[in-house]
Amino acid sequence: MPVVPLLTVRRLTKRFPGVVALDEVDFTAQAGEIHALLGENGAGKSTLIKLLTGVYPADAGEVRLGGELIRPASPREAELAGISTVYQEVNLVPSLSVAENLSLGRQPGRLGFVNWRGVRAHARAALARLDLECDPEAELGSLSLATQQLVAIARAVDRRARLLILDEPTASLDEQEVAVLFRTMRRLRSEGIGIIFVTHFLDQVDAVCDRLTVLRNGKLVAEHAVRGLSRIELVSTMLGRTPEQFSAVPATAADLAGRPPVFEARGLSRRGAVHPLDLSIAAGEVVGLAGLLGSGRTETARLVFGLDRRDGGEIRVRGAAVPLDSPRAAIALGFAFCSEDRKHEGILPNLSVRENLIVALQARRGAWQRLTRAEQEALCDHYVEALRIKAPDRELPISTLSGGNQQKVLLARWLATRPELIILDEPTRGIDIGAKAEIEHLIGKLRAEGVAVLFISSEIEEVVRNASEVVVLRERRRVAHFQGAEVNSANLINAMAGGHVPHD
Amino acid sequence: MTEALARRRFHSPAIWPLAGIVVLLAANLLLKPSFMRVTLLEGHLYGLPIDVLNHGAKILIVALGMSVVVATGGIDLSVGSVVAIAGATAATLSVHGVASLPLLIGGSLAAGVAAGAVNGVLVARLGVQPIVATLILMVSGRGIAEVLTDGQVVVIKRAGFDFLGNGFVLGLPFPAVLAVAIYGIAWFVRRRTAAALMLEAAGDNPPAARLAGLPIDRIRIAAYVISGLLAAVVGVLMAANIGAADAQRAGENLELDAIFAVVVGGTALSGGRFFLAGSFLGALLLQLLTTTMYNLGVPPAVAPVPKAILILAVCLAQSERSRAWIAGLVRRAS
Repeated sequence: MPVVPLLTVRRLTKRFPGVVALDEVDFTAQAGEIHALLGENGAGKSTLIKLLTGVYPADAGEVRLGGELIRPASPREAELAGISTVYQEVNLVPSLSVAENLSLGRQPGRLGFVNWRGVRAHARAALARLDLECDPEAELGSLSLATQQLVAIARAVDRRARLLILDEPTASLDEQEVAVLFRTMRRLRSEGIGIIFVTHFLDQVDAVCDRLTVLRNGKLVAEHAVRGLSRIELVSTMLGRTPEQFSAVPATAADLAGRPPVFEARGLSRRGAVHPLDLSIAAGEVVGLAGLLGSGRTETARLVFGLDRRDGGEIRVRGAAVPLDSPRAAIALGFAFCSEDRKHEGILPNLSVRENLIVALQARRGAWQRLTRAEQEALCDHYVEALRIKAPDRELPISTLSGGNQQKVLLARWLATRPELIILDEPTRGIDIGAKAEIEHLIGKLRAEGVAVLFISSEIEEVVRNASEVVVLRERRRVAHFQGAEVNSANLINAMAGGHVPHD
Repeated sequence: MTEALARRRFHSPAIWPLAGIVVLLAANLLLKPSFMRVTLLEGHLYGLPIDVLNHGAKILIVALGMSVVVATGGIDLSVGSVVAIAGATAATLSVHGVASLPLLIGGSLAAGVAAGAVNGVLVARLGVQPIVATLILMVSGRGIAEVLTDGQVVVIKRAGFDFLGNGFVLGLPFPAVLAVAIYGIAWFVRRRTAAALMLEAAGDNPPAARLAGLPIDRIRIAAYVISGLLAAVVGVLMAANIGAADAQRAGENLELDAIFAVVVGGTALSGGRFFLAGSFLGALLLQLLTTTMYNLGVPPAVAPVPKAILILAVCLAQSERSRAWIAGLVRRAS
């Protein structure tokens, strides 16, 4: 007897001005299955999800849930039909309690009065279902991002969801948190819920998914069981080409001996952020900053850029002591900082791609030395080409670009200032493999040009590939330092996890 | 979303207040064809359209400053009071025997700059909410003006001062010419410097703008200073117009008109992009409506009602969502 699939999508199409975002895509997801949805940025994953959840109306094609034709006109209608979504950025209210968030918009009670006991009981039940240990009375914003995400999932499946869509839920989680999330996902799978899981981490596909679907340029290119598909096959399907090998060979310590450091800090510290630490970066050197989330990586980077004020320590730039107490001071010294928080500290969402790209350079020149329109266009041309930024119209707001392309514009913003030291805080987070490879390639090029790079990443392999020297942080302290051949995953993981502490 | 954004690029929000102006002009012509008549008398132009420009000058000028503040994500409720302070300053200087006209004007404008600087420092350096910070001066500013003028309407008598409020340049009233000139300067600054980009970046996403190296505190303070300065310009014009400083009534409710003009012109109160042409036409629309009601003999007590309806209509026309809703109603009806 043929079983009706939970979700059947047939020839679904969505056009935006100038681009077919989704082109007659077929997609099937079963109940009790975790289905990975893969593809580069701009492949059509987000569009597919937004059509499924009623954010956009489809131009053509049909969606069936449990065999029944549905056409949700809003996320709420989709939820009522049984499709719930959890986005990478948690869409809950941070200033309310966990329990309030869980019943927001559907509080038990009557005549406009809320039954608070009911709210709490309901929250406890919802959390227990997912085996989550967290206080329903706690303010959501005070919890870790991972816990917030799990609360969002608890809220989503709470609505008698049959299909749960997780849109890059792991992008900002560390490994332990990911493990908890996966446990929750497997639990929901065993309850017969179908899960569509969007991720950029292929390890995670292997770890938790049953089937996968690959989109490229708005088209379906493959659907496959996860088992029996090699990594190489998968990557080449996603990219539509065989992945380039990373040819950059990190410079060895010997190459760098005798060069004066561009940046040198002694006893750099800030209360509640980092304990006193030393850090030195030479021209043409990539120093990695490794550590688990919360180990003080970003906090250190912020001190280096003067974004937070240090309480103690001395900073020398090219040998001279400097106050370095604001981003403006740092930029004047030739520093650049690509923040991990693209949305809050990166993009100017309503300004155009062009304006976003030139703003740092313009800030450095001041309000009166305006870059002419021709100069601005030339800069855009150069970086759109060099970084392969996909931007159909540079006069449109940057928020119309995909995450990976936004990230490239932000990189371009800093490269345009011709920095001598660039801090890259998780530059590859939440972007696709192709863009990741390009950004790693770019790091190699910067090194060759003599730029000092401070590179922060949660992916150990990425740190090992790119950095010639790595400083490991744990619990806001510098715990280890590796150079040259010592830079390998085993050493880093050991130090991050707090095994034996090597020399240093 | 993307479609809406694509449209945003090609349609300036200024078309909505412009549409409002066209509708009002048409209504005027239908109801009282004499509305558009302009006469030349002793080399000066007279007529209702000229009145609109002349009396609209104060909203126009204040709305420009308001646009700049709103672009940074702030708001300036104190402009009406700053108008009063500037007038009172001119009166005080005049009473104390300051004879030079430039000194009189300079003193008044300096008072506006100082008021704007206070607002700016409260907002940018001390982190006070813009609405609260400028409310303080909105309330206390009239008090300051009253103290300066001793609670009296002080007559200002200076050679040439009257010209600022009642003079003509090239046949047009001086305030109107000045307002247009100020917009011209603003347009030039927007085209030739990066000042507008900086204001918009600072308002669109302050942490990101700061990280990109923009001095956002200074940008915000500058915005309030510009607003204070322009309010003081209006204070001088109004004092010159009546030949006296009226601490109580000068610039009353002007902040609300200015905010309306800015919003009607398409600038979002949340900050970021601002539209000079939009604010210009928005201010003109408000004044045209006021003049229209005088012309049609609508009693002043009733006048706020059509004004409210007009503002609502333009705001609804600007909103994607309400346009879609109305389009849906029309489709269902047909």
